Amino acid sequence: MWRHLSRGVRALFNRPDTDQEITDEVQHYLDSATEAHQARGLSPADARRAARLELGPTTAVREQIRDHGWENTVDTALADLRYAARRLRAAPGFTIVAGLTLGIGIGATAAIFSAFKPILFDPLPYPAAGRLMMIWENGRDGVRLPGTFGSFRTLTDRSGSFDALAVMKPWQPTVTGGDRPERLEGQAVSASYFATLGISPALGAGFPAADDRRGGARVAILNDQLWRRRFAADRSIIGGTIPLDGDPYLVVGVLPAGFENVLAPAAEIWTLLQYDLSDGRAWGHHLRTIGRLKPGVGIDQARSELASIAPDLTRAAAAAAGFFPGEFKLVRLRDEINGGVRDALWAVIGAVVLVLIIASVNVTNLLLARGTHRSGELAVRTTLGAGRGRLVRQLLTESLLVATLGGLVGMAVAMIGVRVLVAASPINLPRLSAIAVDGSVFAFGFVLTTLVGLAFGLAPAFQAAGRDLHEGLQWTSRRTVGGHGRTRGALVIAEVALALVLLISSGLLLRSLTRLLSVDAGFDPSNRLTMQIQTAGHRFATDSNTTRFFAEALDRVRRVPGVNSAGLVNQLPLSGDRDEFGAHFEAGPAEEAKTYNVFRYAVSPGFLETMAIPLRRGRLLGAADQAGAPLSALISESLARRAVPAGDPIGCRLRIGAPDGPPYTIVGVVGDVRQASLGLSDAEAVYTTAAQWRFADKAMSLVVRTPRNPAALTALVRDAVWSVDRDQAIVRVATMDDLVATSTAERRFALLLFEAFAAAALVLAAAGIYGVMSASVAERTREIGVRSALGASRRSVVAMVVREGMTLAGIGVALGLGGAIVATRAIAAMLFGVSRLDPVTYLSVTVMLASVALIACAFPAWRAARVDPATTLRAE
Amino acid sequence: MDEPNSDVIQGTLDLLILKTLSLQPLHGFGIGRRIEQISRDVFKVNPGSLLTALQRLERAGWLDAEWRQTENSRRAKYYSLTRTGRKQLEVETADWNRRVLAVGRLLKAEG
Repeated sequence: MWRHLSRGVRALFNRPDTDQEITDEVQHYLDSATEAHQARGLSPADARRAARLELGPTTAVREQIRDHGWENTVDTALADLRYAARRLRAAPGFTIVAGLTLGIGIGATAAIFSAFKPILFDPLPYPAAGRLMMIWENGRDGVRLPGTFGSFRTLTDRSGSFDALAVMKPWQPTVTGGDRPERLEGQAVSASYFATLGISPALGAGFPAADDRRGGARVAILNDQLWRRRFAADRSIIGGTIPLDGDPYLVVGVLPAGFENVLAPAAEIWTLLQYDLSDGRAWGHHLRTIGRLKPGVGIDQARSELASIAPDLTRAAAAAAGFFPGEFKLVRLRDEINGGVRDALWAVIGAVVLVLIIASVNVTNLLLARGTHRSGELAVRTTLGAGRGRLVRQLLTESLLVATLGGLVGMAVAMIGVRVLVAASPINLPRLSAIAVDGSVFAFGFVLTTLVGLAFGLAPAFQAAGRDLHEGLQWTSRRTVGGHGRTRGALVIAEVALALVLLISSGLLLRSLTRLLSVDAGFDPSNRLTMQIQTAGHRFATDSNTTRFFAEALDRVRRVPGVNSAGLVNQLPLSGDRDEFGAHFEAGPAEEAKTYNVFRYAVSPGFLETMAIPLRRGRLLGAADQAGAPLSALISESLARRAVPAGDPIGCRLRIGAPDGPPYTIVGVVGDVRQASLGLSDAEAVYTTAAQWRFADKAMSLVVRTPRNPAALTALVRDAVWSVDRDQAIVRVATMDDLVATSTAERRFALLLFEAFAAAALVLAAAGIYGVMSASVAERTREIGVRSALGASRRSVVAMVVREGMTLAGIGVALGLGGAIVATRAIAAMLFGVSRLDPVTYLSVTVMLASVALIACAFPAWRAARVDPATTLRAE
Repeated sequence: MDEPNSDVIQGTLDLLILKTLSLQPLHGFGIGRRIEQISRDVFKVNPGSLLTALQRLERAGWLDAEWRQTENSRRAKYYSLTRTGRKQLEVETADWNRRVLAVGRLLKAEG
């Protein structure tokens, strides 16, 4: 083996020497044979002839000897490559167009691949990540609830399916004591959290299990970024304390640099949850639960075990005045994290693959057009003894070289494209931080390039190799459009069809977004500045201090010049906040009590006015609705319609949350507000003043209305709040317009991608039509000349060319419409307020594509009309 | 055209070359002559096949080659058997004998 290799390499690099040796050996054989014949009495001339006859043609023998060994394959390949490179250099126009076309196709595909790879293909970044599960609790009505500490403890004690289980909830501590207080994103977790993920801290011993109980020591683990950003990568921080919310926290760990927390990507700091079963929160459904299956335990096995534990849990929860909804729901963590966006991503991948196919088809067409011009050359080469296999190999080499060129351009496009994608992608795209152009992307690009090169190279190669020899030699093929004209026509039809599918898809997405943005959010977003004020520290342990702080802060903000009005609310529409309670309407004597799931808004007086949420009946809430006054509430009109379909809701009474709590009297009905998203109309809501709610919310959102640019007011408003208490964190500063835009970010992102791909497809399809019609006109110059000579008018020549081009486009459109009817199923879930078969979109896109096709035909038609019959006929 | 078939039996050229070279190092023409002589002209070796085979056997590591002066002071490529070549000869010889016996038995077999 080694010998084969080394000799081959030597032969390759010492080609002349090796060749000389073979020549010498053959020559020696010839000489010896001649001598032998002479010795038998032949004349020198006869002897030589006899020897030559025996040996056969020396060149052939030399070639035969030389052909043995792998290095000769390499040698021919290199020769093919050199030849291909020379040909491409000789046709720079073709090379550039083909390279760029493929580069865009391959680059876009590689960029999309690298952006979506972490979500669609990679496992989660943890050891044996396939064993990680998310555990939800399911009500019998199918409502999915977060887990409770009680269920977590029961599962930890009783389940044999899991190596480890962990619970978590969001935690936003404020680092105090620095120049400015900074609110951090973090998680409060059970001590088992990192062990469940399979991650150990890079520094420190991690959470001490003994402290994961009520009253345990305050401990924290930092991630690498926070450690570097805020604590200057100081290793001695382990064992030291940091001030969080006014308390010292002992730092027990720093996580490794590459750690990615998929369960809360923004989290930088972790502390212990420190619940126990006597805790009032133990049966509250607000914890997320994850588990790591034991090796060899399947998900179904674990599911049936959880089902067997569920009845006991229902009893245990009831005994502790808690509630277990009935059953567990086990989901693979990867599906939980990525599941929401997967379908949309596959649709985008489908779109980019269409673009790649169109690009390849275009290059195939270019190659076929070149093939026509080359038929003479190829015929000559065949006559001179080139085998068909050899010709195919050489043409394929050329295609692969073009593809490689495209691949190189493509990887550059991909590197830029990924950055653009990351910059443009919505922040809630999972695993955003894992997106990178790495080795696997390059490997993917390489494979893609090769496949594309083979795909678009095979058709021209076999066409060339299969062509009739005489036809090529006689140059007759120039006169009429032969079979390859049909191949190219078919390719153009395919291009138009695929482009139409893309155009219709992006048209539908565009109309969806327009529809969505024209949805009435229920409030006026313009000229509103919002921010969230988080209270933290011992001072705010009592509700009265919290209430007083917010009242004072609101008062100061209202006095800021430029502020027309201001209000506070516990949950801001379209911000991602979601605070829902049960609303129990007091029943008449003959009725059953009615309970509805509603958004609960605790507002300051003036909030609804600031948001311009319209009052439909009754009155709004005012300063008189203070603690101690009769409890008053507003309801949204959709709740009024549902709960009090007949009669006047004003004066009805309802309880919020606990069915035995104090009743509120409805004093007004207000317009519906889109809380979760513009696309969802679940707008049943109840408003009370914060003063009349039974606890003080620790975080409130401030909304300020101003006639000026709202963002310019940020510093003044923030300073007004801080003038009350310097240590309170202010986060999520955004204009209301920003919030509306962010809530549609995912749609915009998908639309942006589809629009880009559709535009590329349209340009490529137009170029395809143009190319084929130009080639067709060029090949038929003689025919057109003859027609003109026989009296065809310019107009009829133009009509002939346009008819031909538009026939191709028309067939493509017909196929594309059919394709779109099927393919738009992939984006059906991304549409809003528009059917995937929306006739307006289909029609307008078809008209647009047809116009572009017409323009693409116009130039070749114009050229055909200028064919001078005299010149053509003389050229014969 | 009733000349007896003088083609080398297919697949045996390697064996014949190895055997010939086990006696003494020879150049290409010499090997061909020696095979013809020893086989008493039963086999005529095609020069093209012979030279190609030599190239192949050398590549396989069974033969060594060196350029030397011949007795009539020409330069020629002399081939000799390597150690692995000698082993290969044993293997191929054993294989050949096995086949000959088998063919012989088949031909002798009576219905």
